[in-house]
Amino acid sequence: MIQPAQPELVTVFIDGQEIAVPKGTNVIEAARMVGTDVPHYCYHPKLSIAGNCRMCLIELGMPMTDRATREPIMDEATGKQKINWIPRPQIGCGTTVAPGMHVKTQSPMVKECREGVMEFLLINHPLDCPICDQAGECKLQEQATGYGRGYSRFIEQKNVKPKRTRLGPRVTLDDERCVLCSRCIRFTQEVAKDDVLGFVDRGSYSTLTCYPGKELENNYSLNTVDICPVGALTSTDFRFKMRVWFLKQTNSICPESSVGVNTVVWSREGVIYRITPRRNDEVNDTWMPDSGRVLYKEVQAENRLQPTGDPASDLLATATRLLQGGAVAVVGSGRSSLEEQFLTAKLARQLHAATFVVGRTGAGDGILISADRNPNTRGALVTGLISEVPGDLAALGREIDAGKVKTVVSVGEDLSAAGLTAEQLAKVAIVYLGSHANATSAAAQVVFPTLTVFEKSGSFINQQFRLQKFASAVPGLTGATDDRVVLDQLVTAVGGESAGSDLVSVWRELAAGIPGLADLTYAKIPDTGLLLADDTWSQLTFPEGESLHHQPAAAETTA
Amino acid sequence: MSFKTVERKPLSFAERTYVPQILGGLKTTFKKMVKPNETLEYPEARPTIPPGYRGVPTLVKDPNGREKCVSCQLCEFVCPPKAIRIKPGEIPADDPTAHVEKAPQEFDIDMLRCIYCGLCQEVCPEEAIWLQNVFSLSGYTREEMVNNKAKLYELGGTLPDDHYKWDKKKAAEEAGNGGH
Repeated sequence: MIQPAQPELVTVFIDGQEIAVPKGTNVIEAARMVGTDVPHYCYHPKLSIAGNCRMCLIELGMPMTDRATREPIMDEATGKQKINWIPRPQIGCGTTVAPGMHVKTQSPMVKECREGVMEFLLINHPLDCPICDQAGECKLQEQATGYGRGYSRFIEQKNVKPKRTRLGPRVTLDDERCVLCSRCIRFTQEVAKDDVLGFVDRGSYSTLTCYPGKELENNYSLNTVDICPVGALTSTDFRFKMRVWFLKQTNSICPESSVGVNTVVWSREGVIYRITPRRNDEVNDTWMPDSGRVLYKEVQAENRLQPTGDPASDLLATATRLLQGGAVAVVGSGRSSLEEQFLTAKLARQLHAATFVVGRTGAGDGILISADRNPNTRGALVTGLISEVPGDLAALGREIDAGKVKTVVSVGEDLSAAGLTAEQLAKVAIVYLGSHANATSAAAQVVFPTLTVFEKSGSFINQQFRLQKFASAVPGLTGATDDRVVLDQLVTAVGGESAGSDLVSVWRELAAGIPGLADLTYAKIPDTGLLLADDTWSQLTFPEGESLHHQPAAAETTA
Repeated sequence: MSFKTVERKPLSFAERTYVPQILGGLKTTFKKMVKPNETLEYPEARPTIPPGYRGVPTLVKDPNGREKCVSCQLCEFVCPPKAIRIKPGEIPADDPTAHVEKAPQEFDIDMLRCIYCGLCQEVCPEEAIWLQNVFSLSGYTREEMVNNKAKLYELGGTLPDDHYKWDKKKAAEEAGNGGH
């Protein structure tokens, strides 16, 4: 475990409560540490400070000293140093803590400031909450409950701005709802590095818009929807699909690449409606790529493998007969969870079979998509499924051609997409475990329909060797079986010992069998993941380049 | 257990003749004979429904024929027996009410679940759902007892509108910011 350096602490007083916070913290974050919420719109912990919404106004004071002598001025009544309160309110987001600083977040002046800001924000607000997708998670709604007037004193005509504007292929803009916080502009400048958004016009006519001739179409555009504190930016995919208060949130991990973006899957009654990022300061901050957000559509995809209607025992019997025939090769997957890879390795050991994993690479974008598109390549190394960075299946193809392999077990991998020819596939019997139909499932003798990543629980190890767990968000397809259960049944069927296929049992075996995971249980993995020691694999060269919060080992040594 | 013996009062002479009691009963009978009927020949005759009566929930249109529901799903959320089921949808851009943006694709109220509490009417921000004066529903199957969107609008009809909120919005949108 790598311990972060201890930051220098500064003692401040928030509403009279003393707390030591790291140097450089601003007042909003310091107040959050004592459990006080300072309302804000434009401030975002992962973006630069703009200080333009004025919602986080607080009262600020410093201990009083004599100007000439620098002696502290004491209050005789209390025996403490007097506090010199600044007569005007200050913004909390732009104020960095200083030793001895006093902050009032609940005083009458602060409350009045917030009410004033809210009244101005609501003057031109269209109040179309009934048709607004942000309703239920809207900061303007929340603060209106606390600091709203309840009725409007504004009798003039409200401002009219463009509505239902297409800002990009995935983002819809309603300018009337915008509170001009500029979070989206700062995001596109600072994180996505695609500076296309900006304000035009002045005063109350200020309008968010795209640079002429351009669109907000980068692969991170939907993060602007997440950070928009109001309903100005909404997701075109999620538009008018479901109100957020009906949705159940499940912590998950994005299977798109080895970055292992932490996500929340939002579902209602077994249907997934959207995926949003979950904050993890060591992995993805508060962002995720757009391409990862549509992966939930695979759950209800057309080509989902349906159960054939054969009894499960028949499938198992056929598979067992094939496996006991000998000359088996096992193709594991970098998309399987750690637990599944462990059981795959166990099955391969039991069968004395050679193991392969299909490498899957693409261009990394340097932010949150890495070159290794397998979410769990490191898991295959940790579980001993493979000992090298996976490539293609050329070796397996040669063995098939030489007649050394008669049966191939594929855990969710499309062998023809991985480079095997149709002739090679025809030469062997295939046992396929997978969730979606492809050329391999069509050629397979036995097909076990299994679950997608959203329907099962497990864990991935990302590019940093961070062990992260995901939970099942929706119930599995009727008749499909969890990969863990199928693999465990196969192990038992070919004479291996089963310790149970549930997570607790598999983790008992994992902890006992793998030195790096000793004393761990599934429940012990924190929500933000657990960094594992990676010394064993430091000689390997992984395909990943640099990305947010990840420096490849090779780059570190040259730097 | 302890007992308490209660003295029973002996009946008076008049009580022993039963005559005052019989006369008292006959008085009530004759009074009712000349009074108008309080029962109804239901179902031929129907009672008058008082204002504010909570009958079967319905969806209504405004006098211009616009379907008022925007599928905000607050009624679905508030409904205690979970009788309401809504599938929200977008109004196509070529529709005259496209500026409202959102309308239900499907709207089902399961009348086997509905408890006629009226919370849906109370919570509705668009005054689109009303419990009106239909009070007796029957059907042969469970499916028949689920009112779909078409049935709900058929039951609801048109109610007067005090605000014409969306029409004003559209007018403002068309007028623009004047002078800017």
